[in-house]
Amino acid sequence: MQKNQALMTVTPFDSLAEEIVFQILDLLEPGPQDKKSFSVVCKSCHSIEARHRKTLKPLHADFIPGPVQRYTRVHHVDFTNCPRIDDKILTTVANAYSETLRSVDLSKSRFFTQVGLLSLAAKCAGLVELNLSNATELKDTGAAAIAEAKNLEKLWMSRCKLVSDIGIGCIAVGCKKLKLICLRWCVRVTDLGVGLIANKCRELRSLDLSYLPITDDCLSTILQLQNLKELALVGCHGIDDESLTNLKQGCKSLEVLDISNCDNITYNGLGSLTNSSGSLRQLNLAYCFSVTFDLEKCFYKLSALQFVKLDGCRVSCAAMKAIADCCESLKELSLCKCNGVTDEGLSYIAQKQRQLRKLDMTCCQEITDAAIASITTSCNYITSFRMEACVMVQNEGFVLIGQHCQSLEDIDITENVINDEGLEAISRCSKLLSLKMGLSMYGTDHGLSHVGRRCQNLVELDLYRCMWITDVGIAAIANGCPLLERINMAYCDKITDSSLTSLAKCLQLEALEIRGCPSVSSVGLSAIAMGCKHLTILDIKKCDINDAGLIHLAQYSQYLKQINISYCPVTDDGLKALASISCLQNLTILHVIRLTPDGLIAALLACQGLMKLKLHTHYKSLIPEAILGAIEERGCAIHWRNKPYWVNTIPFHL
Amino acid sequence: MDPEERLCADTWTKSSSGCESLNTPPNIRIFTDFNSQQQKWANSSFLVQQHFPDFNQPFGAQNTLSCNVNTQKQMSDPQDKPTCDAHESSNTQDWDPRAMLNNLSFLETKIHQLQDLVHLIVERRGQVTGRADQVLVLQQQLITADLTSIIVQLISTAGSLLPSVTQTLCSGSSISQLGQFAGVTNQSAGVLDNVPPHNNNVNKVEDNSDLTGYFGAEQNCPIEDHEMKSDDDADEGENLPPGSYEILQLEKEEILAPHTHFCTICGKGFKRDANLRMHMRGHGDEYKTPAALAKPNKESSSELILIKRYSCPYVGCKRNKDHKKFQPLKTILCVKNHYKRTHCDKTYTCSRCNTKKFSVIADLKTHEKHCGRDKWLCSCGTTFSRKDKLFGHIALFQGHTPAIPIEESKGSAGPSDRGQCSEATNKVEQLEFNYKLDAPSRSACQNVMDVEGAGEDPTSYFSPLGFDTSSMSGFHEFPRPPFEDSENSFSFLLSGACYPPKNGRYTGSNDLE
Repeated sequence: MQKNQALMTVTPFDSLAEEIVFQILDLLEPGPQDKKSFSVVCKSCHSIEARHRKTLKPLHADFIPGPVQRYTRVHHVDFTNCPRIDDKILTTVANAYSETLRSVDLSKSRFFTQVGLLSLAAKCAGLVELNLSNATELKDTGAAAIAEAKNLEKLWMSRCKLVSDIGIGCIAVGCKKLKLICLRWCVRVTDLGVGLIANKCRELRSLDLSYLPITDDCLSTILQLQNLKELALVGCHGIDDESLTNLKQGCKSLEVLDISNCDNITYNGLGSLTNSSGSLRQLNLAYCFSVTFDLEKCFYKLSALQFVKLDGCRVSCAAMKAIADCCESLKELSLCKCNGVTDEGLSYIAQKQRQLRKLDMTCCQEITDAAIASITTSCNYITSFRMEACVMVQNEGFVLIGQHCQSLEDIDITENVINDEGLEAISRCSKLLSLKMGLSMYGTDHGLSHVGRRCQNLVELDLYRCMWITDVGIAAIANGCPLLERINMAYCDKITDSSLTSLAKCLQLEALEIRGCPSVSSVGLSAIAMGCKHLTILDIKKCDINDAGLIHLAQYSQYLKQINISYCPVTDDGLKALASISCLQNLTILHVIRLTPDGLIAALLACQGLMKLKLHTHYKSLIPEAILGAIEERGCAIHWRNKPYWVNTIPFHL
Repeated sequence: MDPEERLCADTWTKSSSGCESLNTPPNIRIFTDFNSQQQKWANSSFLVQQHFPDFNQPFGAQNTLSCNVNTQKQMSDPQDKPTCDAHESSNTQDWDPRAMLNNLSFLETKIHQLQDLVHLIVERRGQVTGRADQVLVLQQQLITADLTSIIVQLISTAGSLLPSVTQTLCSGSSISQLGQFAGVTNQSAGVLDNVPPHNNNVNKVEDNSDLTGYFGAEQNCPIEDHEMKSDDDADEGENLPPGSYEILQLEKEEILAPHTHFCTICGKGFKRDANLRMHMRGHGDEYKTPAALAKPNKESSSELILIKRYSCPYVGCKRNKDHKKFQPLKTILCVKNHYKRTHCDKTYTCSRCNTKKFSVIADLKTHEKHCGRDKWLCSCGTTFSRKDKLFGHIALFQGHTPAIPIEESKGSAGPSDRGQCSEATNKVEQLEFNYKLDAPSRSACQNVMDVEGAGEDPTSYFSPLGFDTSSMSGFHEFPRPPFEDSENSFSFLLSGACYPPKNGRYTGSNDLE
């Protein structure tokens, strides 16, 4: 349809200034489809679209030279779909976009070395952002190459495990304009490297030092950074009370502090932290077990706190009252898996903090309807309720939620005791985007149909092991929630092909999980494939889906990235068809008995873009080493699994 | 087998092998050894006369034996040889008229020798023009040394009349000597630390001659040597009032001259006075006397002479006497090292890192010992032994970056590179050694050769330390230069003798690397 429109207006388009066309293109959907349609209208559209495009996200590294010639003004190159990026490709990109390139994402890629990085850093003077996370083979020489990018402002280096202080030192000296650096899991970086970063990069705003073997030696330098706003020290066991005492000496600018999983911090260290850092807005104390005693003392001077995370801590009533009293306007509170969270404490918080937006009470098993009542009556703006496994909450609580929380967008009632009445109440939250109600025992299709009727914006629905659900309920959802993107119906064994046929109406569907639904066959999957063109994640483990389903899938779902076909009665033909999906990155094939090694090899060789492959161990001896080597050489990680064959859940006999 | 006996056998074989030309130094040595051996076999009581002068020697020999086998060679020096024997017989000695007679005759010969020497000096005085001063001082020192030794001998001979006195003297001396030897062992262990052991040995030779009242001076000796070896800037703290010392200024050519000691007869140049003295033996029997071979005694003279300090000839240098804040240099060695370090090109490049340059070869050697261990490298070329020091340096200076170690940038090629590197160093060392070999007297060199290749005896001698004497390859890895910084000692002889075992140790460590 779009094509036709463009054809008709081809002359006016010619007369439009390029800038205006650019503006029109800017207003198109973020997805690639519309722009692709536009570009194939005519030559001039094609060239305009080429000049307009700022982002390049190639599916395969092999395609690189083509798009590079076509698109000349690319600012951002995203290689996350390319598991193998070698130096040649990086050099090509660096040469082509030496003027325009601002950001490169290599977080999912491997096989590049310091040579490619050096050409990128040296030629692209405008390079500002670089994501090198997961470059586990990158060494100090690579870091030294990065240091050539003098204008770099944001650098992510999570899990660069071989980079040491020397490499970090090079970056610190070379990239003086750094504003953000993430060194999470760079386990060879110590106080010296971090200290030098803090010493040389004075403009740093965000610093992630999680899981580094650092001590308080480097903290004093870090805290002298005038602009530091975010500091993450997750799992830094070398940091103790003494280092936090240093914290008070500086860093008034600090706004976000994450010290979760720091075992050696007690309330003393945290208390000294509260003496200054008046501007602290976010505080993450998750799993700081030592801090739990006298927790209340920590909060007295942190009036600006808006986000508090206390996951896993023992939270006393006094601490909760302190939070309630000290914080001026708390927006988010996470008490996930906290011990000692009571109705009294939560009610007190709710009464004081009426601005609360998000509340996580996962596994707070003492919570009852009383707490829910005070939260729902006081906090009218609440958008997110996470109350997984709050088993004491009864229907009255859900009714109150439905009555008062009109802004609710996200609710997690997994493993809660909820029946149709509760579902009906929750469905009154018409702005609901995400509903997670896995492991619910007592509902019926009737309750679910309320959700389908009222929650028209629903994007995510989790019905994991809701065994009571039948095709009727799913049909209600499919009819009422056209924007649904993710649905999980795993082990809902009553659903059949007709559920999938109705879900095919949800054109936005991206993720479909129907594992363990033995009544689902190729017919249903074909319907989904034809209807939901955006399908990217599919789990059909233990479904009765054969080659026909996969062939249809291959034909229509060109964006499929991830699929699990374990226990399915598919043969070589189905898998070969599947292999023709060029986006496919993640493939799990366990106990697919009809599959022959030759068919598997053919399929694997055809799957050029595969990044992760799960196979049963017995294939290891059946596939030649050379083939496995070639697959791994392309950047695919093969995970060998040796799970026993689960006979009981297989409803069909081969 | 007892070390001494072994050595005897050694010298015996040698005397039987080469007695033809009495003029060559090795033969002289053997000849004197032979004499001492004869003395031993013929008349043990005769040795009593030499008991006091040489008392310390056995200790010295044993000490050095335990730590450094090759100092053994010093025992084959004419003076040292009898001392071992003296030690053996000393336990049973008692007063004996015949011994007294021997002592007296020894004194007589000594005095005669001294006479000869003075005669020679009188004759020479006319001929020598160029370096009259130095030669004169040398000769004076020789004579005073001999005189003291004669006096000591006389006193001890007289003292032997009273058994009780002997006893006290014996015990007293042995104790103090022991103390001194502890120092000696330290010194020889400290060879690696650039402290040449020869000075102590020389002192020992002197000790032989004067026993009484010498210990005070003796104690000072090693200390002064230490100071001498230290950097020329080490005397920074010294605050001598101007005028309280005599300022000497050597010319540039003099400082840079390879040799400072010249033979007055043939004009051959030497780095060390000891080598010159060794050389002089070839010019006639009068140079073979213990007195002529003894180290010139400076202690006796130093008290009388005004303290000497040195000025650097480089105008504008702080060490130049015209400088406002002139700081004098303590010794000639300091002058040499200072001048080379400060005002000369750095010609010696480290073969391992190829970046560090030195003008004093000893500095290069010191650096090479540590080169490669300083693995923390800055882009400016500075190396650090500790990572935190490197990071402190980088934090301090703008634009300096940590440099990536070569192994990492070249991957697995690292270790083999390193191997080649050390090979290259060895080669350079070998070259340098050859060069050094040429410089000192050839005779001394031959001495070393003799010991190395004399036959099965020395080989078996050295083998416990794992040094393969049968192949000359041991020399290739000469770990440090012979002590160019010492002026007047038996350094070459000793250094030549000292190196092989150290050498063995070094090869061991090389293998480990």
